[in-house]
Amino acid sequence: MTNIRTVTYDAVIVGGGGAGMRAALQLAQSGQKTALISKVFPTRSHTVSAQGGITCAIASDDPNDDWRWHMYDTVKGSDYIGDQDAIEYMCNVGPEAVYELDHMGMPFSRTEEGRIYQRPFGGQSKNFGEGGQAARTCAAADRTGHALLHTLYQQNLMHNTVFFNEWYAVELVKNQDNAICGVIACSIETGEFVFFKSKATVMATGGSGRIYSSTTNALINTGDGVGMALRAGFPVQDIEMWQFHPTGIAGAGVLVTEGCRGEGGYLVNKDGERFMERYAPNAKDLAGRDVVARSMMMEILDGRGCGPDGDHVYLKLDHLGADVLHKRLPGICELSITFAQADPVKEPVPVVPTCHYMMGGIPTNINGQALSVDADGNDKVIDGLFAVGEVACVSVHGANRLGGNSLLDLVVFGRAAGIYIEKALKDGIEHRDVSASDMESAETRLNRWEVSKSGEDIPTLRKDLQMTMQNHFGVFRKGDLMQEGVAKLADIRERIANGHLTDKSSAYNTARIEALELDNLLEVAEATAIAAEARTESRGAHSRYDYPDRDDENWLVHSIYDPTTKKLGKRDVNFSPKQVDTFQPKIRTY
Amino acid sequence: MLKVSIYRYNPEIDSEPHMKDYQVDTGGKDLMVLDVLSLIKEQDPTLSYRRSCREGVCGSDGMNINGKNGLACVTAISDVVKGNKPLVVRPLPGLPVIRDLVVDLTLFYQQYEKIKPYLINDTPAPAIERLQSPEERDKLDGLYECILCACCSTACPSFWWNPDKFVGPSGLLQAYRFLIDSRDTATSERLADLNDPFSLFRCRGIMNCVDVCPKGLNPTKAIGHIRKMLLQQGV
Repeated sequence: MTNIRTVTYDAVIVGGGGAGMRAALQLAQSGQKTALISKVFPTRSHTVSAQGGITCAIASDDPNDDWRWHMYDTVKGSDYIGDQDAIEYMCNVGPEAVYELDHMGMPFSRTEEGRIYQRPFGGQSKNFGEGGQAARTCAAADRTGHALLHTLYQQNLMHNTVFFNEWYAVELVKNQDNAICGVIACSIETGEFVFFKSKATVMATGGSGRIYSSTTNALINTGDGVGMALRAGFPVQDIEMWQFHPTGIAGAGVLVTEGCRGEGGYLVNKDGERFMERYAPNAKDLAGRDVVARSMMMEILDGRGCGPDGDHVYLKLDHLGADVLHKRLPGICELSITFAQADPVKEPVPVVPTCHYMMGGIPTNINGQALSVDADGNDKVIDGLFAVGEVACVSVHGANRLGGNSLLDLVVFGRAAGIYIEKALKDGIEHRDVSASDMESAETRLNRWEVSKSGEDIPTLRKDLQMTMQNHFGVFRKGDLMQEGVAKLADIRERIANGHLTDKSSAYNTARIEALELDNLLEVAEATAIAAEARTESRGAHSRYDYPDRDDENWLVHSIYDPTTKKLGKRDVNFSPKQVDTFQPKIRTY
Repeated sequence: MLKVSIYRYNPEIDSEPHMKDYQVDTGGKDLMVLDVLSLIKEQDPTLSYRRSCREGVCGSDGMNINGKNGLACVTAISDVVKGNKPLVVRPLPGLPVIRDLVVDLTLFYQQYEKIKPYLINDTPAPAIERLQSPEERDKLDGLYECILCACCSTACPSFWWNPDKFVGPSGLLQAYRFLIDSRDTATSERLADLNDPFSLFRCRGIMNCVDVCPKGLNPTKAIGHIRKMLLQQGV
């Protein structure tokens, strides 16, 4: 390992989804020597699965729309632990970033005026919650992520970004000054390991939904960035906050967009009752995702679920008519027929809340610079390390993300990090010194699997981990159940340490990649479990039977999980936007 | 029990490829082919294949299933296996095999890059989006949805014959997607790039591409439109 090949770049971006490619594009356009490492060909990244749209106040549907209203909704949606300076930046810069996507050729759906089509999404309002439902989510039918991701890939081709496709990043390289000097990655095709030396290393590795057994996430979403950061000794923030999307197809886990309800669909229980009218009298089916997911679970737990086992509810769409469904939701019709054997034109889609999004992640500032917290509780920039997109916690989503804000997060903060790094490189930063011993941690991890001679196989270990998360850290949580879960994970950690990689070959060895991914799943699962158990309140997506109320006195803060002590600390939420007055915490109803 | 026969080749071990048979307990369910592969990988971790979204939108798992190209994640066993016949899975045809079901897609991607798959518009961008009517936008439907899975191009005999010179159905579908976009201004440049004996005109209208496209797209029709545009430009 100490004599592996070194390649040198000004900036290295790990991850070829929306955030990584937006950052890469910014740097490629400015002529910086940039490499993008992606474990899949970039258009296979999970951004491709985003359906409903990108939320942004471009004032197409409503000429009077205002980014401040979007900001208000996002702060409220976050249950008040989203950072208001970051949310302000995202909502304010958003329109510019979305227009850029159009100029790049993204095939948005259109209005009669020729502008970008916007649809209603959950948690949206006009006039700071006073003006009724807004329609603020810019859409390319129900394939917005696909349209966005392909457009960004195309633009990167145009600007000659250097891609290392099907290369898997294994470990950050940190020197004695706690600065990040680059990343070690492996060519999946050949098995060769290479040190990518870099002045700026950007984690854009996406989410980790595969810690749960039922998830809308792609098989590749294994929390590689979070795993690397935790093993490097850096903290993660709000990692207990996991979004369960109300409408995953029952059994399959495949997502059907909130845009279905935006276009007029609604949820019914076994009695055919539109039950969201009881839980959220104003917003009904377009309340925040955490609220809708909990309401569905209550219906199911109270015996009003649908199907022979009463374990799901129905999403009714047929009243919208074939024309609307085929024009606005063609992908959903396809998915529902394939995975639920139900044609939405004729029958309802069986749906159940399903793990969807990691609100927490590597804490960063608005420039994407990764942060740690010093002994006195002050933020400290980690030299050389950046994070953008789902792996980052900047934090614009707080305890609950609004639909359509994920794609906006990707492009706004991918771009912001790119702009910042471009300037920093022009101002002149040097490569940091690396010694042979700095490479050792990566070496240890790889050797562990390479020398394994016997032990449990990877699929068994992975399944046990996923079932533990599913059963102990789901939509509703409880102290004793979570403590049990934490103990089970400690046991799984032992078992993984003794796990066995049977196939040691070099060429396109996906078993080795799955072993390395399992290490990352474990890191994310354990951090989630410990943080969830320690946050003794209910807020946003984190809902506890034993602490059913929000506790602003003690928990109007970010949680900070420190992997070196495995303890949970606290970090202040930002309540100081620059251009508007602070949005004060209020009781959150829809 | 489902009988499954899979093309296996590991360049470090095998001197030549071979078919290997497996028995899979599907639990009586009509699983997707990708689920079957996943069950086999639990028995035999050495089996390699690409996969990501598992819902037919990322295009990773294009392969040849009982003789026809398709996506493993959205192809149900009942779609391809009749009676007691085995499920037979091979890599996409016509490209070099890296290992097992993983093919080297370099030539496929090169053809995609050749058509300049990005919007070109040299006029200054407005402060908002470039306006486009719903009718203009409708013309992109059936084109932009391509997921680059390579099922079509690797089912095309013309592409098998000239993968270095014939753009192939996938690339040509994307060429037309930009030719017909009201926001693109490089029409004549794009057409000129295709006006040689191979890039476009090697299409013989066989229509295997249409037959296999997992997204229901029609590259042959797009190719017809490009031919017409070239003809009109020539006149």
